[in-house]
Amino acid sequence: MVRVIVDVMPKPEILDPQGQAIARALPGLGFSGVRSVRQGKRFEMDLVGELDDDETLREASGIAETLLANPVIENFTVRLER
Amino acid sequence: MPTAGAARVGVVTFPGSLDDRDAQRAVRHAGGEAVPLCHADPGLHGVGAVLLPGGFSYGDDLRCGAIARFAPVMRSVADAARGGLPVLGICNGFQILCEAHLLPGALMRNTGRRFTCLDQRLRIESNRTAWTSAYDEGQRVVVPLKNGEGCYLADEPTLDELEAQGRVVARYLDVNPNGSARAIAGIANAQGNVVGLMPHPEHATDPLTGPGDDGLGFFVSLLKALV
Repeated sequence: MVRVIVDVMPKPEILDPQGQAIARALPGLGFSGVRSVRQGKRFEMDLVGELDDDETLREASGIAETLLANPVIENFTVRLER
Repeated sequence: MPTAGAARVGVVTFPGSLDDRDAQRAVRHAGGEAVPLCHADPGLHGVGAVLLPGGFSYGDDLRCGAIARFAPVMRSVADAARGGLPVLGICNGFQILCEAHLLPGALMRNTGRRFTCLDQRLRIESNRTAWTSAYDEGQRVVVPLKNGEGCYLADEPTLDELEAQGRVVARYLDVNPNGSARAIAGIANAQGNVVGLMPHPEHATDPLTGPGDDGLGFFVSLLKALV
C-alpha cells in the first residue's frame, strides 16, 4: 500500500477571504509578523494494487484533476509518502 | 394547474436540495407541468427542460456542486444540454453547472465571508436565452438572494468573452452582495439554452410568498420556448 498526498490550493490570483480572515486575526492573538495566509486542502489517499511510483502519481493526478480540485480556481500537487 | 399537454419541465432533487418544491411550484404557476427527477435515476422521462434547484447538494462536501456533478441524472442532463435542452441552474444549481463545465467560471465564498439573504435588485442584461425571453433587456427586477458561496469568478479573457457575446444574463444592482466579478448574477452558455443564476426567481412568483412576481418571467420564457 502506498499513501499519496494531494495538496489543493486556491490559485494565486484568486481571492482567499478565509485566509485573509485568519491573517487578520493573528495579531490579536499575539502572533505578529505574518504577512499573509492562504487556506487550502490536504487529501491523504491510501492506494492498493501493484502500481509503480510513476503510475501511482499519474492515477492520483487523475483523481485530483477530476474530483479533488477545480482547475478553474485551484492548483494541486501530488506526492508519495512512505 | 397544468393544462393537458402542458410543457413538461424536470426538477432534479439531490440529497440536500432545498428549493425543489418551490421550483416545481414556479413551473406550475407559469402553466407548465413539473416532473420530479431523482438524482440517482439517469432517465429524463421525456421532459422538455430541466431545472437544477438551490440548496446544499451532498452537504456542499468538497466544493459546492462538486459531488452532484457526478450524479447519474447529471450525465444525462449534461448530454442533453449539449444537444440544446434548456437547463436552468439556480444557486446550488448554478454551482453544479459550473462544476460540470456546462458554464465557464466558478462560484467562490462570498468576499464578505457572510451568508447573505436579501431581496436583490437585478438588471436583466440579455433576453436572448431560453429562460429570459419574456423580459425586456435592461428591465429591473427584484428577487430573493441567499447564498454563502455566490461570488462568481472567471479569468479576465472569459469575462470579456461573456460580455462581448452578450452572455451575462443578469447583473446585481445597488449592491454586489457576494463580490462577484463585474457584478454578475447570471450567465448563459454560447447557445443560450443553459443559464446559471445565483438569485432565486422561483421565490418571486407570487406576491403572497415573495417580494413580488418578478421571477415568474424565467418560467414563462421557458414555456414560450417549449411551445
